[in-house]
Amino acid sequence: MPLLQFFIYVSSGILVCILYYVLANHLHDYFYKKFYKSNLQDSKLRAWIFLAPALIILFIFLIYPVAETTRLSFLDNHGREFKGINNYIWAINDSDFRQSIFNNFLWLIVVPTSCTFLGLTIAALADRVWWGVIAKSLIFMPMAISFVGASVIWKFVYEYRGPENDQIGLLNAIMVYFGASPQAWIAIPFWNNFFLMVIMIWIQTGLAMVIFSAALRAIPEETIEAARIDGAGEVRIFFFIIIPFLSETILVIWTTITILVLKVFDIVLAMTNGQWGTEVLANLMFDWMFRGGGDSGRGSTIALFIMLGVIPIMIWNLRRFKMEDNK
Amino acid sequence: MKKLSFGKIITHLVLLAVVAIWVIPTFGLLVSSLRDKDQIALTGWWKALKYNEFNEIIRTEKSNVQVKEGEYYVITGSLFSKSSGKEIKNFGITSKAPSKYKAPSKAIMKNGSIFQLEKNGDYRWVSKKKFKHKKGKRVFITVITPPTMTLENYEEVLFFRGLGQSFLNSLTVAIPSTLIPLIIGAFAAYALSWMQFFGRDLLFATIVCLLVVPLQMSLIPILTIYNDVGNFLGVSAKSYVGIWLAHTGFGMPLKIFLLRNFIKSLPHEMFEAARVDGATHYQIFMKIVLPLSIPAFASIGILQFLWVWNDLLVALVFLDKMPSEIVLTSRLREMLGEFAQNWEILTASAFVSMIVPLIVFLSLQRYFIRGLVAGSVKG
Repeated sequence: MPLLQFFIYVSSGILVCILYYVLANHLHDYFYKKFYKSNLQDSKLRAWIFLAPALIILFIFLIYPVAETTRLSFLDNHGREFKGINNYIWAINDSDFRQSIFNNFLWLIVVPTSCTFLGLTIAALADRVWWGVIAKSLIFMPMAISFVGASVIWKFVYEYRGPENDQIGLLNAIMVYFGASPQAWIAIPFWNNFFLMVIMIWIQTGLAMVIFSAALRAIPEETIEAARIDGAGEVRIFFFIIIPFLSETILVIWTTITILVLKVFDIVLAMTNGQWGTEVLANLMFDWMFRGGGDSGRGSTIALFIMLGVIPIMIWNLRRFKMEDNK
Repeated sequence: MKKLSFGKIITHLVLLAVVAIWVIPTFGLLVSSLRDKDQIALTGWWKALKYNEFNEIIRTEKSNVQVKEGEYYVITGSLFSKSSGKEIKNFGITSKAPSKYKAPSKAIMKNGSIFQLEKNGDYRWVSKKKFKHKKGKRVFITVITPPTMTLENYEEVLFFRGLGQSFLNSLTVAIPSTLIPLIIGAFAAYALSWMQFFGRDLLFATIVCLLVVPLQMSLIPILTIYNDVGNFLGVSAKSYVGIWLAHTGFGMPLKIFLLRNFIKSLPHEMFEAARVDGATHYQIFMKIVLPLSIPAFASIGILQFLWVWNDLLVALVFLDKMPSEIVLTSRLREMLGEFAQNWEILTASAFVSMIVPLIVFLSLQRYFIRGLVAGSVKG
């Protein structure tokens, strides 16, 4: 029975979508021929038939909400009364918010750096061994799984038992093996942030690695050959030839992971729900969306701070794509 | 055979170490999900193939099961239920010497009766006098359990913890949320690449801007709209249609952007030839562009499918938590609180949630990587 429902739901949803385009275009052709009697190819209307669903959806789900969220950030918790910059003043004085800003900065520094460094190193190493393809495939695999799934995997690695018990978490078992005492890793303030970041790095390094791998192959062999003949060692070649070649790629990876990290939510929610000093903006916002019936003013204010982080990237993208289009 | 230089060996070793760090956590999860739940709680998964020893105290049968054989009174029975596969190494009959005897052997009780215990837990207790004990006599044993692999945990989570239904719910969310934005995005991308209309450049610039807008900006206003629509129509604000549209909206800029890049790269002579032959844009789209775009659809579709399948935030906000709607990621997150110490449930559940992405990854890796690389260029 649930299976039948599943098929009905899924197929009807997709059918409605397809039906719009087929019907709208056929109706357009029918009436156009009837009233204009001119060449169908000249129709100015068809572009809008093609665009309408996309435009409506972009407007309702992205453009209007951006304006509305900005407006709500100046209103009270129910979005009724104007409160000026009260929400912003609250945010700056709120200890959870400050903690979140601090942690988000920490994530922004550590995660993109680590992913870029690890990704480049692994890509460079994997090109040199015969089993590199398998290695890359295995390192890339976490990209496919969910943040929640990854959190379960790592929560199991960090699992803590009292020192009198056998440790079933890998990390604590290693600690005990080397004679140290087991720790409740995700409850150690400040340092626990890094244990959460490990999960993100574990997932995202694969992406950096794949992109670097493609970029490395694009470096002309002759350039490296020439440097080698001139007597440059592998390390020098890496830093003075390969890295400059990759600067554009590094920037792309950096921005991709930065955007992702700004929105980090699932990992924190699943691992600690912001306890023990691990709060981040996205989780704090989610919390305020529902806490005490929901506070749309504070929630929106926090969302705007996340938005603030992506604006430089947005401008950079705009410039970049304008240049590409003019090529 | 090339000679192995010192640097080459280091390369191999470092890469091997990195791969090990990357794979071991997932491997541990997989192994644990297949272990017996008592063993998961007792030992680390790396001991899964070892025989485990632990101590137990088990009582014998009460005196009412005794049988008279000749001049002796006899109680027979087993310390374990049926075939547990457990094996007794040592046993004892007092708490002071819990492993005094090595099984199988005979122990002499205080009252002179003889207690014989086999390795498999079967015992035979013989006495000259009639047994009178009301509670069973305590026997201290050291048990060795063989490593067992079982699918019981999967059975448990799929059929008794609602994960089977959640799996179906995730599919119900993910399939339309993948196909609808692809269809809508493809038409819009075509219009942006090959049709003339007012405000084309502005629209494209807007889409580039929207690429990076965090979806947190949309959550509150859209939730409000859904609540209003729900109230107005007298239906629940949380529905599959709602989440399909939300995923469609959040994925739309990237879908249009990537598909536009692809459709624009198709040779323009083809379009001109079709136009000369009198084809309308609709015909060109359906007959030429669509078939040519299948590989691009595959890459972008996989990307969107995995994104939706793995999403937690959108599902938490726009779907109900009742069994008929809750998706895998959301259920898994609930379980993290509900069964914090039941690793047999958590590991199996996590693996159920990962099985579809892993299959997609293993079978369509090439498309997946292509989509991701193209998608990351947008930032």
